[in-house]
Amino acid sequence: MSSNFKAIVIGTSTGGLSALPAVLSPLMEDFPLTILIVQHLSAHSDDFMVRHLRKFCDLEVLGAEDKMDTRAGCIYIAPPNYHLMVEEEGTLALSISPPVHFSRPSIDVLFETAADAWQEQLIGIILTGANSDGTSGVKKIKERGGHVLVQDIATAEAETMPASASEFADMILPLDQIGNYLNNLVQNKTS
Amino acid sequence: MVIRPMINDDTVKNNRIEIDLVLEGIYQCYGYDFRNYAHAHIKRRLDHRLSLSRMDNYLEMLHRIIHNEEFFNELLLDLSINVTEMFRDPEFYKSVRESLIPYLQTYPFLKVWHAGCSAGQEVYSMAILMHEEKIIDKTQIYATDFNELILSKAREGIYPVELMKQYTKNYQTAGGKASFAGYYRADYDHVLINQSLKEKILFTYHNLVTDGVFGEMNVIFCRNVLIYFNQELQNRVLKLFYESLIPGGFLCLGSKESLKFSECSPLFEPVSLSQKIYRKKR
Repeated sequence: MSSNFKAIVIGTSTGGLSALPAVLSPLMEDFPLTILIVQHLSAHSDDFMVRHLRKFCDLEVLGAEDKMDTRAGCIYIAPPNYHLMVEEEGTLALSISPPVHFSRPSIDVLFETAADAWQEQLIGIILTGANSDGTSGVKKIKERGGHVLVQDIATAEAETMPASASEFADMILPLDQIGNYLNNLVQNKTS
Repeated sequence: MVIRPMINDDTVKNNRIEIDLVLEGIYQCYGYDFRNYAHAHIKRRLDHRLSLSRMDNYLEMLHRIIHNEEFFNELLLDLSINVTEMFRDPEFYKSVRESLIPYLQTYPFLKVWHAGCSAGQEVYSMAILMHEEKIIDKTQIYATDFNELILSKAREGIYPVELMKQYTKNYQTAGGKASFAGYYRADYDHVLINQSLKEKILFTYHNLVTDGVFGEMNVIFCRNVLIYFNQELQNRVLKLFYESLIPGGFLCLGSKESLKFSECSPLFEPVSLSQKIYRKKR
């Protein structure tokens, strides 16, 4: 891996409520990358995810809004019932176009647009989940030269999503090692 | 499967050039101006049509757009998102009842504009709410869209019956005061919105991108339309709204839209920050 990473996209559905804290809480206080997250949720839920993840993170956690700028060291959560996209300039965009893989927000939508925005500076992570949303997304990240990380299914509450994405994985890791792997990855980059 | 990234890949840049050409072609050929739409959104919609019609690239698509109006009309439907519900975001309607209606009750006559009204679900929702708050009789509602096909659907007010369960739930959560079933007539697998609700609504063509001021409004609803515009176009349309409102008039945006990131932010003051209800400064 030759370039410095700028952003991480994370996708998960079933089991994400406990998997996400496991990934995010080990991240160091001055973690220098932008993090964008799609967790499949009911269309009618509120900003529960934002409040939930704030309890586990040193980093700032925000609900994504349309035209918001992305900052380093900040975590953005896709709102329920909207697709989250990244513009090529790195600003956020929302859409209520039809669900993809029965999901809105959809992981593929975020990953594919983020792949265009950050190209080889992007890390894509697929965690536990019970459908195959995200697989086209990580394929696109690979096409653009980015890095793909998939949760080891032995540690996943639901296997379908990581199993489906694993054919495009650069690295497969147990849940409890992902956070530290990311810490090491960015520390090696900056030294 | 091993996918080798191309080194010094210009794909993203080149795609952008091709897509800009497609949008320019659409504008010159048909007058629809998508050139300042949010790029990520446009790209996804074009990609969707590209894969459905088994074409290889955007320029092949451009050729077809220019020479085949039927194909363009199909694409036009892809580009305009018409996903909505009655009483979508019930909390918003609750907030309208609590923080907007008391102001509106003080005016002798009201003009309300639904900009980008799609198939009319939110227009009828607001008409129901204004009926229940007893201000519908002094109100003229204008509902506009740039898509004639969807506008005629809005005018009809016919919706699939299977959606009524969700709509009813939304209505109740939004603080509805009557029985939702009283506002429509079910006929086989569809429902028809009551004629009495339609009488106060004028459905008419208006394109936010190319058309001008729509005057002297007390309230403008424009929910989940601006998200498809880039910042420049968003600013232009927000100025159009500013000029179309009376002093102290209200602007209601979608729950995840915000004036925060716009240069028009100083023109308005927030009434409800969480529900994105703003008021034109006097």
